[in-house]
Amino acid sequence: MPLIKNGAEIANEWTFVANGEALPETGKFSVSLGRFLALKQGQENGPLPDGVRLAPADKAEDLEPYLGELSLIEVDFPRYTDGRGYSHAQLLRRRYQYDGELRAVGHVLRDQIFYMHRSGFDAYETRRAGLSEVVEALNEYSVVYQPAADPSVPAFRRRS
Amino acid sequence: MYRYDQFDARIVAERVAQFRGQVARRLSGELLEDEFKPLRLQNGVYLQLHAYMLRIAIPYGQLSPVQLRRLAEVARDYDRGFGHFTTRQNIQFNWVALKDIPDVLEKLAEVEMHAIQTSGNCIRNTTTDHFAGAAQDELLDPRPWCEIIRQWSTFHPEFAALPRKFKIAVTAAEHDRAAIRVHDVGLHILQKNGVTGFEVWVGGGQGRTPVIATLVNPFVPESEILDYLEAVMRVYNRYGRRDNKYKARIKILVTELGEAEYIRQVEEEYAAQRPHEKIALTADEIARIHAYFAPPKLAAKPAVSERLEAAKAADPAFARWTRVNLHPHKAPGYASVTVSLKPQGVAPGDATDTQMELVADLAEKYGHGDIRVSHAQNLILPHVALDDLPEIYAALDAAGLGTANESRITDMIVCPGLDYCNLANARSIPVSLEVSKLFADPAYEEDIGRLHINVSGCINACGHHHVGHIGILGVDKKGEEFYQILLGGRADEKAALGNIVGPGLKAEEVPGAIHRVVEFYRAQRTSRDEKFIDTLERLGHQPFQEALYAAD
Repeated sequence: MPLIKNGAEIANEWTFVANGEALPETGKFSVSLGRFLALKQGQENGPLPDGVRLAPADKAEDLEPYLGELSLIEVDFPRYTDGRGYSHAQLLRRRYQYDGELRAVGHVLRDQIFYMHRSGFDAYETRRAGLSEVVEALNEYSVVYQPAADPSVPAFRRRS
Repeated sequence: MYRYDQFDARIVAERVAQFRGQVARRLSGELLEDEFKPLRLQNGVYLQLHAYMLRIAIPYGQLSPVQLRRLAEVARDYDRGFGHFTTRQNIQFNWVALKDIPDVLEKLAEVEMHAIQTSGNCIRNTTTDHFAGAAQDELLDPRPWCEIIRQWSTFHPEFAALPRKFKIAVTAAEHDRAAIRVHDVGLHILQKNGVTGFEVWVGGGQGRTPVIATLVNPFVPESEILDYLEAVMRVYNRYGRRDNKYKARIKILVTELGEAEYIRQVEEEYAAQRPHEKIALTADEIARIHAYFAPPKLAAKPAVSERLEAAKAADPAFARWTRVNLHPHKAPGYASVTVSLKPQGVAPGDATDTQMELVADLAEKYGHGDIRVSHAQNLILPHVALDDLPEIYAALDAAGLGTANESRITDMIVCPGLDYCNLANARSIPVSLEVSKLFADPAYEEDIGRLHINVSGCINACGHHHVGHIGILGVDKKGEEFYQILLGGRADEKAALGNIVGPGLKAEEVPGAIHRVVEFYRAQRTSRDEKFIDTLERLGHQPFQEALYAAD
């Protein structure tokens, strides 16, 4: 699955460690929100990850105290029709101003990428779309109507 | 009316290009039908029983003559010569080929129209009072706020994959003609201490589980309304049910959480917004949008038109039409005219290409270039001089558009039903036409007075049967169509849900049953001023139910 960030296809240096699997001693890895909180709060012992993967039903608010320590947050879209991950991204980027990598994973299709980008994602692990499709999707609109978590200036501010 | 500037025009042009690409990828097989489905839906393309259906947005129901003529052209060139106006104040075409849709969208973009978010699990076309900007009883014109909401909700990146569809309606009159209490969000524009703001109702809806909305906030000032809507939407996007599409509307979230807890969550999310997150719509932008909706310059006229009075005296049919199809205008000597799309024998809401062109011509000649679509599936000329009514009526009547039945028993809201729709269990158009036949005598119909019949061909309730004074719901019982009758629904400021009375009827039994109920009302009303719904409330449903099932 291609991983695309900042207009380039990059190698994935991260591993997601599922609940119940042993945590690696070295290398970059992410865990579920529940496991991350357990590790932080001492209910589980082990190396601390600097990546977290959010599921749709998770509360992104729970990460607020730790955002400065994280360099990757993955947001899982198990089905592309489930839009809860967009709200996660808006909260993290816009409300809490998280500035590490925000990566969309799971059922990530070309035609969701424009919305993902505006919601604050900067990396996409896509199902099929390659670099050219992602770049094309990101450039389909040159005007937006509402502020979001990306730097686009909405039309109403460009008008005045 | 609103006119696109360079930014609006660019967004719509870019949408056409994007959708053209999506259709090409679908036709080449690169996109699977499952993946294409939400994309085409958010552009108004449904797969129906016989063909693809294209639903075109008519924001808050307003059209210019140029736009209506373009719709006529689409009907002629890409459909079978007619279009169907819907309860969301939109229009749909039932016979457009998928490969032609990008070209149709391009033609629409030329006249500042699109099909964006007319379907799919996103924020749909915002609807309003079809007499907005003209009605004597409105506080102010709600259309600028509908346009502001249209822009805010268009391609909103956070709310592009909601649990289910989302419908917003706005009214600015005490008499609610926009049915705000049966919408996901209903906004009632108010003024308090000189500040304009909104009463916010949430969680109304029809469908399988009809619910009257909850008042969530009695006054949100205009400068904050979009931020407040963001909080409402975010709570829904995060916590609305996604496990069962029939429990996914916001009304279920409000019901399951309970009103108090739902309100607490919205207020908590709203309070959590930080200053840098606020949309902060500028006063300049609010003023810029309002300027597009400046009232038309109407020449001063006396309240009574001698010309009109003379014509009425000479032609009883015309006089009746003026009694039934006019709505009081803010300006003396003017009225809003309802152009009925409910003549005998025609599917409610259908209009042919030539009828659309005629209405466009009349709007241009007599109506300050303004046309509205009502959620009751009629067309409106909102600003017409009383002096001009004889010519307008003559032209409409010659084209089959002069039926005098606004808000009368044959002015039914009817979904397309099993004749078109692949969700339907029963046909709805034929049964509505059969009922109409019994009330074809205009004098009889006028005598009955205001009476709303709403007809749906399945429990999804596109024909609003829950809020008809009389509702008719088509159901399927072992392969046979049956019709359940509901009594006592209403969609206005006294919104109420109708109750199903007794067992379903066969299609051929429905007209007679309705006729008996109407005759019972006429016998029982205290005077012609007591409307059907008021007599029903006074006497209760029981005697009406008995009349419904009484043998002939």
